[in-house]
Amino acid sequence: VILLNTVLFYFLSTIAVGSAILMVTRRNIVHAAIFLMTALLATAGIFLQLQSEFLFIAQVFLYAGGIMVPFALVIMLLNRDPPARPARFSRQHTRAATLGLALGAQILFAVFVGRTSLRLPALQASLSPRNTEAVGDALFHQFVVPFEIASVLLLVAMIGAVVTAKARA
Amino acid sequence: MLSIEHYLVLSLALFTAGVVGVLTRRNLIVMLMSIELILNAVNINLVAFSRLHGSVDGQAFAIFVMVDAAAETVVGLSILLAFFRHSETVRADKMDFLKW
Repeated sequence: VILLNTVLFYFLSTIAVGSAILMVTRRNIVHAAIFLMTALLATAGIFLQLQSEFLFIAQVFLYAGGIMVPFALVIMLLNRDPPARPARFSRQHTRAATLGLALGAQILFAVFVGRTSLRLPALQASLSPRNTEAVGDALFHQFVVPFEIASVLLLVAMIGAVVTAKARA
Repeated sequence: MLSIEHYLVLSLALFTAGVVGVLTRRNLIVMLMSIELILNAVNINLVAFSRLHGSVDGQAFAIFVMVDAAAETVVGLSILLAFFRHSETVRADKMDFLKW
């Protein structure tokens, strides 16, 4: 079981990282959207492998369903630009990529310093078998105020989106 | 045997890909998608630490991050729609009407 877990982790993380890199580098925006979806679904698999089943299904519904649909819609509406050629930004392009990778290297360094100095414990054998119940319990008892604020935030975002995107008469 | 560092490095890789995407791409839609990738990487960290400590608090926070991601996408895309109506493009380097 432990070996299977490891193989599953490496399989899913290869898919996730590979499609993330492809998403950032492809010129075609529809391909980028498909690769983003693959990365998000692979992440959902990682959640399942971490035994958080509720987040797995929330990830599939919310990200792969709820967030990718508006993206697909907007791509269909707005994708009239020809594929971007290197233009005015192209000198900043390399610099920006270097900066981003430098940030990544810095965090990688922090992780490897932290693993020796923090002495993190090993992963727990398993969480509660009733994951959804435990998450719901935490949401509605311990985090009930943030939960309500999140729902207000969603309402505000919905109204704001409608008002912002509405065609002027 | 998998340890917490495996998940941290995976999350770091996705985060870095997202940051590089936001910094280098000029299409605003792809920049928003890269932000989704960044938020997703944070979620992996939260869930991995939740597993590490045997508590579901991290998973509850991951749900709040998902709510934020959804709100950010919807508002960002509607601003993008309004911008497109104004200037017929989704390129970030064309978004310069506050510059002078």
